Amino acid sequence: MGEKQLMKGNEAIAEAAIRAGMTCYFGYPITPQNEIPAYMAKHLPKRGGTFIQAESEIAAINMVYGAACTGARAMTSSSSPGISLKQEGISYLVGARLPAVIVNIARGGPGLGNIAPSQADYFQAVKGGGHGDYHMVVYTPETVQEAADLTMKAFDVADEYRNPVLILGDAILGQMMEPLIFKEPSGRKFDKSSWILGNRKGRKSHLINSLSLSEGVVEQWNWELKKKFDLMAGKETMVEEYMTEDADVIFVAYGTSARICRSVVNQARKQGIRTGLIRPITVWPFPSETIAGRAKKTKHFFVVEMSLGQMIEDVRLAVLGNATIHFHGRPGGGVPAEPDIMKQLKEILQS
Amino acid sequence: MKKVYERNNIAFDMPSPYCPGCGHGVIHRLVIDAIKENRQEDNTIFMAPVGCSILSYTYLDLDVCQPAHGRTPAAATGIKRALPDSLVILYQGDGDLAAIGTAEIIHAANRGENITAIFVNNAIYGMTGGQMAPTTLVGQTATTCPYGRNPKDGQGYPIRVCELLQSLGGVTYAARTSVHSAPNVLKTKKAIQTGIENQMAKKGFSIIEILSACPVNWGMTPEKANQFVANEMIDYYPLGDFKKDGKIIQRSDH
Repeated sequence: MGEKQLMKGNEAIAEAAIRAGMTCYFGYPITPQNEIPAYMAKHLPKRGGTFIQAESEIAAINMVYGAACTGARAMTSSSSPGISLKQEGISYLVGARLPAVIVNIARGGPGLGNIAPSQADYFQAVKGGGHGDYHMVVYTPETVQEAADLTMKAFDVADEYRNPVLILGDAILGQMMEPLIFKEPSGRKFDKSSWILGNRKGRKSHLINSLSLSEGVVEQWNWELKKKFDLMAGKETMVEEYMTEDADVIFVAYGTSARICRSVVNQARKQGIRTGLIRPITVWPFPSETIAGRAKKTKHFFVVEMSLGQMIEDVRLAVLGNATIHFHGRPGGGVPAEPDIMKQLKEILQS
Repeated sequence: MKKVYERNNIAFDMPSPYCPGCGHGVIHRLVIDAIKENRQEDNTIFMAPVGCSILSYTYLDLDVCQPAHGRTPAAATGIKRALPDSLVILYQGDGDLAAIGTAEIIHAANRGENITAIFVNNAIYGMTGGQMAPTTLVGQTATTCPYGRNPKDGQGYPIRVCELLQSLGGVTYAARTSVHSAPNVLKTKKAIQTGIENQMAKKGFSIIEILSACPVNWGMTPEKANQFVANEMIDYYPLGDFKKDGKIIQRSDH
């Protein structure tokens, strides 16, 4: 085990990526994620990697595309408006079956919005974002420690499935400092020799692309992608349950909202209110089974999001009418306040 | 009998998919001959663009990366930074390089990415059926400028890419050639060789702009199309070196 360190979420993500063997980072300035490219510029070249401040988010994601073609672990990061610009590239990464890690330290939108924390990029992250039928694993860390751990894991998952992976945080996660201990990276090795470009040495030529004009080929590729997505959905779902066993009301929240709800659960329990929290750690794949299982007994689900309500649609699908769903949301950079949630919780119990 | 010419086995043994009179086939051949002559077959990563030559991967036996429209210089940057000793060849058309990918080419050039760009300028969008390109000449017709390109009508001026890029510090070599006649094909071959030598010597960014005919979308016979290159295109896009070994060549063309 390493030493305990005090770090900003953004820096912890950057350091974890380097420790996970990421050698190619490409980014473009946007608040509130600027500590990631700054950390990379300072540390990555000294540790044998490449840092480029790209001319745009579009260029950065395409540099990732190129580096990933060679088998290098590649990454980019940005915040909401910049992540919108990367959607083209993300779709191409999936289409060309390339592994990569993308970090979204989300801020208020739509448009240029503000630089305050937000969870309004949920639809973009889990329902596609770019064109075409695709999914990627989306991690939503709650703490700086978890941000570092999931960043390391993200590179393994990307390599395992040859698919991009998204880390979805927000301005609070990126900017706050917390103590953490860097875990050892898994050390898993992935054999990429059957598809990477370069150093050919007599083998058959390789091609990285996402186009075919021959009839039925792209449909077939999509069926193969579906097999992969199904596998990911079966194996990569991560969820935490907190005090849900006897709960009369179960919160469903991720990331910063989950932190807030956890605190509300603790306060409520002290007052004798039986409540708990289901915290999706992956929002794709979504922990529908966990929620469906609890909905057999618990009759109230309370979704809290820093948006007008996006994840609530997936909760509704999981609950399938077996419980009542309540919502508390703050859009545009607003952060839910514990007293407001507590007040609404009590109203639910009195209803 | 002494063999003086043979097929280059980097090209798969199949008919050319290009239209009669199109310059891509000749240019492909020049590029793969240069790759072979420099013994770089196993070390080359060919960047296919979006445009008529997107399908180059189906007839070139090379490692090929095919990125999004215009993003080729950014993807090539990622590849070259990860594999600095590989030979990375960009192959882009005028819409890809000088319209949708303008930011990417300027910044890859300005960073001095150690890559070789082959820029095929045929003054039209070929694959999508003959729309106005950033390099379409004034007065030239296309499906999206049916009355002839008219800068005074808001359609802009044809972009001279070599002249635009030569001022950038990262560019070591910029040359414009043409494949409308045999002597010019030979000059093009030499320019491509220079671009590849520069990359192997790690000199930075090289661009070879090649004027090329698109008879089908220009609505001309191949012969007339080559005459159009010789008479109209070269008049606006003068041939020769614009930058060599990092030094701007002073010219009196315009």
